Amino acid sequence: MITANINGIPVKVRRGTTILDAAKKINIKIPVLCKHPDLDSTAACGICVVKNAGSGKFLRACCTPIEEGMNITTHDNELHEVRKTVIELILSNHPNDCLQCARNNNCELQKLAADFGIREYPFHQLKKGLQPDYSTKIINLVADKCILCGRCINVCQNIQNVWALSFLDRGIKTRISAAGDINLADSPCIKCGQCSAHCPTGAIAEYDETEKTWKALYDPDKYCVVQIAPAVRVAIGEAFGYPEGENLTGKLYAALRKLGFKAVFDTSFGADLTVMEEATEFIQRFVHKKGPLPLITSCCPSWVDFMEKYYSDMIEHFSTAKSPQAMVGVLSKTYYAEQNNIDPSKIFMVSIMPCTAKKYEITRSEEMFASGYQDIDVSLTTRELSRMIKQAGIDFVGLEDGKPDHILGDYTGAGVIFGATGGVMEAALRTAHYYITGENAGIMDFESVRGLKGVKETTVEIDGNSIKVAIAHGIGNVEYVLNKIQKAIAERKEIPYHFVEVMACPGGCVGGGGQPYGVTDKLRISRSQGLYLDDEKQDFHYAHENPYIKKLYNDFLGKPLSEKSHKLLHTFYNPRPLYRK
Amino acid sequence: MKVILLKDTDGKDREGLFHDKVLDALQKEGISDKWKLVRVVDIGIYNRGVALKILPAGFTYTDLTEEDIPGIVRKSIKEGKEIKEKISSVKDKQVKIVLRNCGVIDPENIESYLETGGYQGLKKVLFEYKPEESIEELKISGLRGRGGGGFPLWMKWNFARKTRSDEKYVICNGDEGDPGAYMDRSVLEGDPHSVLEGMLVAGYLVGAQKGYFYIRAEYPLAISRVQKAVDDAQEYGLLGNNILGSDFSFSIEIRLGAGAFVCGEETALIASIEGKRGYPSPRPPYPSVKGLWGRPTVINNVETLANVPVIFTKGGKWFSKIGSPTSKGTKVFALTGKIKNSGLVEVPMGITLREIIYDIGGGMLNSYDIKAVQTGGPSGGVISKEHLDTPVDYENLQKLGSIMGSGGMIVIDESDCMVDLAKFYMNFCVDESCGKCAPCRIGTTQMLEYLDSISKGKASQEDIAKLKKIAAAVKKASLCGLGQTAPNPVLSTLRYFEEEYLEHIRDKKCRAGKCKELLEYTIIQEKCRRCSLCFRNCPVSAISGNNKEGFVIDNEKCIKCGNCFEVCKFEAISRG
Repeated sequence: MITANINGIPVKVRRGTTILDAAKKINIKIPVLCKHPDLDSTAACGICVVKNAGSGKFLRACCTPIEEGMNITTHDNELHEVRKTVIELILSNHPNDCLQCARNNNCELQKLAADFGIREYPFHQLKKGLQPDYSTKIINLVADKCILCGRCINVCQNIQNVWALSFLDRGIKTRISAAGDINLADSPCIKCGQCSAHCPTGAIAEYDETEKTWKALYDPDKYCVVQIAPAVRVAIGEAFGYPEGENLTGKLYAALRKLGFKAVFDTSFGADLTVMEEATEFIQRFVHKKGPLPLITSCCPSWVDFMEKYYSDMIEHFSTAKSPQAMVGVLSKTYYAEQNNIDPSKIFMVSIMPCTAKKYEITRSEEMFASGYQDIDVSLTTRELSRMIKQAGIDFVGLEDGKPDHILGDYTGAGVIFGATGGVMEAALRTAHYYITGENAGIMDFESVRGLKGVKETTVEIDGNSIKVAIAHGIGNVEYVLNKIQKAIAERKEIPYHFVEVMACPGGCVGGGGQPYGVTDKLRISRSQGLYLDDEKQDFHYAHENPYIKKLYNDFLGKPLSEKSHKLLHTFYNPRPLYRK
Repeated sequence: MKVILLKDTDGKDREGLFHDKVLDALQKEGISDKWKLVRVVDIGIYNRGVALKILPAGFTYTDLTEEDIPGIVRKSIKEGKEIKEKISSVKDKQVKIVLRNCGVIDPENIESYLETGGYQGLKKVLFEYKPEESIEELKISGLRGRGGGGFPLWMKWNFARKTRSDEKYVICNGDEGDPGAYMDRSVLEGDPHSVLEGMLVAGYLVGAQKGYFYIRAEYPLAISRVQKAVDDAQEYGLLGNNILGSDFSFSIEIRLGAGAFVCGEETALIASIEGKRGYPSPRPPYPSVKGLWGRPTVINNVETLANVPVIFTKGGKWFSKIGSPTSKGTKVFALTGKIKNSGLVEVPMGITLREIIYDIGGGMLNSYDIKAVQTGGPSGGVISKEHLDTPVDYENLQKLGSIMGSGGMIVIDESDCMVDLAKFYMNFCVDESCGKCAPCRIGTTQMLEYLDSISKGKASQEDIAKLKKIAAAVKKASLCGLGQTAPNPVLSTLRYFEEEYLEHIRDKKCRAGKCKELLEYTIIQEKCRRCSLCFRNCPVSAISGNNKEGFVIDNEKCIKCGNCFEVCKFEAISRG
């Protein structure tokens, strides 16, 4: 333990604690800008400087470990002047066009400027004049607004291990870009959007498709339907002042109807359906030895993109089952249209996702057009939806809870936990257990797959079978699991796992790149908790018990992995080059 | 093989005629197989034309003409006799420790280094002292890092020594980047083994087995000589496994710097060796605890390491007697600017600036008075002439608003403009700022903008306050040494010469005549002889008129190049 003094107040903390965290412990808030709790300090901004009385030096609180006997001053006139000047300097190299910015009212730089009472720009305005990169039509890179905190690069390289983003040039010309100064669309970017979720300003944001959605909603010829993903319901509240992790499913249904959607579906229903197909696939491979093990989940489009680019030799291990989004999408224009006698060409399918990569998924391969039309027309992020609700003047807080359409809308607890890391595995194991034993497992039997540990490895016993599973979230954690599999295959040794779940974003979809800003591990846990509570309050906890899933198979699909299922609910993978020429 | 060193001390032999002439003469005398001619950077003599030094006799001849060569080769080289009337008589207040061998030995021959007692320091460290005793010797010597910071060497090495790790590293920082500084280059080119020996001692004492020479790619000769030294040392059993039969093994790799000034900063240099973008990282942890590849790493500058062998051959006590109370030993300065003898000088710390400038440098170059001395390169500052009698050491220079830095020393006279000088250094910092941290990246650019508008007479008094405000923030909030010291040229010129800044702002005048935008050239009609020389030399046709009616300068068109002013033989053009 270290004993030191901050502003005259004694503090005792563990060795290695930063000055910033030590100060926090005694309720002293040191302003920061570039620091993000998820990431190692880059020490780029210089806002968090404090004074060390002993050496007389200025230290960065965010990354300097407090030492025994240190006497730190966090606030005085000199520090105030330095911090304010640094903020003014940053603003002198920023467009300051807050009104037109994607992050207006939600920007860390704007907030800091407000906190410091910046009322003028005292220095010359140094324009950057950089071209924005809209090439992906998923993630916008607006280098002009970048303050070079380095978070996006840090997360892309060190957390996601993708290395699509990089700094280019030096000095005042330093800028962020796809590495090699190419378009982001031509880079190895997997569209996970973690860069946008970590960006403090409007430099990286989702490609906004709210206008396109409004247009469809106001088009009398269009029949607009919508689906919402599990993770959205426990995060949207953050935009409306609710406590972290509050489940607002009912209000979301109501808000979506108010926006003008004629039918409201739930992606959690699609998740139940994915479980049916994927668990059947697993049984095929595990019990009937048809196909290679381990089976690897494929409902995360960033993960799919990553695998196709970096690990295409693993394609045969991938579940061919489409993601829940894609399943609800295709069924809305086939099954739903058929049941309700609606011309599928008139249906405009919108998905509300916690994710930026879902915008990519909706056109990623020809199977995404299985209905004969583009199955999903627009995929919006949670952030885009919250803006639409505000634009429509809906009193979200005052809304009475709504209901989904039963068909493609009613879900079980198994479907809704898809949004948390380990959720897909847990839901699939519940149904696999039923397929193997004919009985349901307890709903907490597979609890060991939950939690924020980067790689979770466990063995579950089902009817005398030991099923070895691994769950990885955050692409940086995937390498360990895949290397282990590849090594075993190469050496013809026993495979280390039978079933593997991967989610690109840390925490799974609750921490998705399209979720409200400011995600931390604490928030990831609260949001996940919201989903597990949803599971608990549901009547059904097993995908195979969902009465509407049963009805769907009876009325329309036949059985899992039937010919029709294959046509509508499955997809294929192809190796893709890292860099598109 | 014996050696002749050739030094062109003032750039008069650009075509290399002397070099060929000496070779010819050796050929004629039939002794070319016995003598080797080596071009060197420094033999401690400046502005004395072409110089030859014959080794091992030590005869030095200066101000040579081509006609002198055959005589010298015959009499002095072949017959070994001194030619008294030609012998150089340069004596000064310099004390050579770092440059002890530069210009004295053949840098490409390990034998030559061994003859001067080379690698004896290493032997003592390996076989006579316990490691603790060696560290104690360094402590007694009082040697501090010569790269700029002045951190006590023994402490740095001791930190690395005490940190437990499977691997440790030693890095020699040869990424000399200050404009005008070339002491590291001189040592690497003139005496590479002394640096190598310093690295070996460091490696042994801290428990490292691997060393890196990080040398800027712009120093090809230094690189090839260091490579030669490494190869030779390997052959002599001074590098590799079980050095000199001890249980100490050490290998060395050379890495080239790609031209970024910031890579001279230790954490950025380490990032560069690791193959990453040359960005500094926050300290602590210091490299001596967590450096290259996350392992304890000793990183020292060339000059520091070159001191190490001497401390062990002559003793820490001997070393500590040279220098000032807080700063021991010598410092090499790259003396330049408006001074007669520019070049490298090595002086004991504690010597005054006046002694360096007048006793060693030979005084002012032109008729102008001295105005100030700039030390420490872009990280340093100016010291006004009132402080010329201050003894030079780390603390004193800092108190005066400058720093020792790597040892740049530029003498400034009354024809130099302080705003222009600050602008020059700020321009350098803007170019070389890595761009990682906001205060340095944006602050230096903003300071340059303000300096620029002051130099153009477009600034207001308020801008001086803004300049000071930015300078303070950049100094305190920047991440690395480059940013923290970047405001020094501005702050120090403002400290001593604020009035000159105000003249630019208030009176729109640059008293030194350096700030072009504030100049106005006019023809004094009474003095003009209508020779039309100015008219013919104006590159932008800003001068109109004819031989009968005289000439006038159109200041709208004038680009203030000063051609007319220079060419006029009758002082008929005024500048003001």
